[in-house]
Amino acid sequence: MMRLLRWLALIPATVLFLVPFVALGVQAWPALGDVFSYKEIPFARSLVNSTVVAVLQTVGQVVLCSLAGYGLARIPYRHAPKVLYAVVATLMVPTAVTFVPSFVVVSSLGWLSDLRGLVVPGLFSAVNVFLFRQYFLDFPVPLEEAGRLDGLSRWGVYWRVVVPNSTGFVAAIAVIDFIGSWNQFLWPLVIAQDSSTWTVQVALSSLLTAQNPRTTLLFAAATVSILPIVGVFTLLQRYLVRGVAETGLTGQ
Amino acid sequence: MRSRTTRTFWLFVGPFAVGLLLFTYLPIAWSSYLSFFDARNTVTPTEFVGLGNYVDILTDRAFLDSIGTFTVFAAFIVPTTVVLSLVLALLVNRIRVARAFFRSVFFLPFACSYVVASLVWKMSLFSGVDSGVANTVLGWFGADPQAWVGTVDPPLYWVVLVTARLWLQLGFYMILFIAALQRIPTHLYEAAWIDGASPGWQTFRHITLPGLRGALVAVLTLNLINAYQAFDEFYNILGDSRGYPPFARPPLVYLYYTSLGSGGQDLGRGSAGAVVLALVIALVTLLSGRVLRRPT
Repeated sequence: MMRLLRWLALIPATVLFLVPFVALGVQAWPALGDVFSYKEIPFARSLVNSTVVAVLQTVGQVVLCSLAGYGLARIPYRHAPKVLYAVVATLMVPTAVTFVPSFVVVSSLGWLSDLRGLVVPGLFSAVNVFLFRQYFLDFPVPLEEAGRLDGLSRWGVYWRVVVPNSTGFVAAIAVIDFIGSWNQFLWPLVIAQDSSTWTVQVALSSLLTAQNPRTTLLFAAATVSILPIVGVFTLLQRYLVRGVAETGLTGQ
Repeated sequence: MRSRTTRTFWLFVGPFAVGLLLFTYLPIAWSSYLSFFDARNTVTPTEFVGLGNYVDILTDRAFLDSIGTFTVFAAFIVPTTVVLSLVLALLVNRIRVARAFFRSVFFLPFACSYVVASLVWKMSLFSGVDSGVANTVLGWFGADPQAWVGTVDPPLYWVVLVTARLWLQLGFYMILFIAALQRIPTHLYEAAWIDGASPGWQTFRHITLPGLRGALVAVLTLNLINAYQAFDEFYNILGDSRGYPPFARPPLVYLYYTSLGSGGQDLGRGSAGAVVLALVIALVTLLSGRVLRRPT
C-alpha cells in the first residue's frame, strides 16, 4: 500500500520536473541552427565570456581557498584562530547585500566592463575556505609526516601529498563553483555594462526583457547556454552530490 | 622557529586574506561610510548627512513595501520548500529501483540558471496566450485561460514566481536531506522495530525527524536568507523594457535601481538600504533559530 502511494507520488512529480526541459527543447528545436545568427546581441561572444569567467573563477577559488583552508587547519600559527574567526564572520553577511558596496570598490579600481571586475571579487569565498578547513582537519596526519620525512617542506607536502590525495573533494567543490559561476546573474549584470563583456546570462536576460523578443531563437539560445552545465552535471554528478552534501553540513 | 611558522601560515592564507580584506571587509566599511553621506553619483562624497539616508529609506513606501512583501514571501516559500524537499528525499531514499534516476530528475534543475527558468516560465509554461502550457491544462478542465504575468488582478504572477523558484531549488535541498537521512544509524530503526514501533508515522516522528534536526536547521536558514535575496527570476519575469513594475519588488531590485539605475546613482541611499536589509536578514535568521531550538 505504502509502496503504491510512493509511486503514485513519484511519477507525477517526475513529469512536473521534466516538463520545463521538454518545453524548452521543443520550442528551441526549429531554431537551433540559427542561434549564432543573432544581430541584437553578441551571443557567441557572451558564451566565450561565460566560459572564461567560469573557468578562471573555478580554478582561482579552488586554489586560493584550499590553500587558506589548509593553512587554517594545519599550521600552528598562534593567531590562526583569530584569522579563522575573521573568515567565518563574513559568512553571516549575505553575499547579495554586499553587491552595492562591492560595486563601489570595483568601479574605483576601474574594473567596470572588465574581465577582472567579473572574475576577481568572486574568488574569495569564505564558505569554500571553511569547507576545505573542515576537510583538511580530517586528512590523515601520517601521510603528511611521511612526506616530511622524505624532506619535503610544508608547501611541498601540500602539493605532492595532500592535493593528490584529495582529488575527490577538490572535484566536489570545483563542480559546485563552476555551476554557480556560469549561472550567476546579478554580479555580471551590475559589472558588465558594455555588451562586449556580457556573460551568457546577461545576454539572455537582455533579450527576455526587451520588447517583442523572437521566441524560438531565444529558446534556442537558452538551450545552447545550458548544454555545458547539463554536460558537467551528467558527467560529474557523483562529485556534485558530495559537494552539496558538504555544503549543507556547514549549516549545522 | 616561530617566525618560520608565521611565514608558512601567511604563505598559505595570505593571498586569500588579502582578497577577503579588499573585496569583503573594505566594501562593507566603505559602504557603511557612504551611508552617512550624500553620495549621489560619487564614491568619494564630501557632504555628511548623518542619518539622513536612513531616514529617507525608512520612510520610503517602496522600500518598506518590498521588505514587507518579502517577509510574506519568505514565510510562504520557506516552509513549502522544507516540506516538499523532505518529501522528495524520503520518497527517493525509500525506493529500491531506479533511485539514481529519480534523484537526477529532481536535482537536474539545479544545473539550470534562474534566467533560463524565467524564460521558460514566462514565455512557455505561463505564457498568456491560449496555447501556453498552463492555459492548455486549464482548458482540459474547462477553465478559462489566464494572463498570468500579464495582469495585476488577480495576482497570479505569484504562482509563476513561486513555482519557478520551487522547481529550481527543491533538488538542492533534497540532496541535503538525503545526505542527512543516510547518516541516521540503521540500528536505531532496528531497535524501534524490536520495541514494537509501527514503521510509518511513529518511526518517522521519533527516529527520522530527530535525526534530521541539524539538516532541518541548515535548510531553513539557507532558504530563509536566499528568499530575502531573491533577484534573478523577479527581474527577468516581471521586468521589461520599461523597467520594473511597482509591485512584488524584491529588496535587491529596489537597491539595484536606487544605487545603479539609469535615473541617477544614489550610493548613499543604496548603502543605507543594504545595511538595513542585512540587519533584517540577521534578525529574522536569529528569531527563526530561537524558535527552532526550543525543545519540542
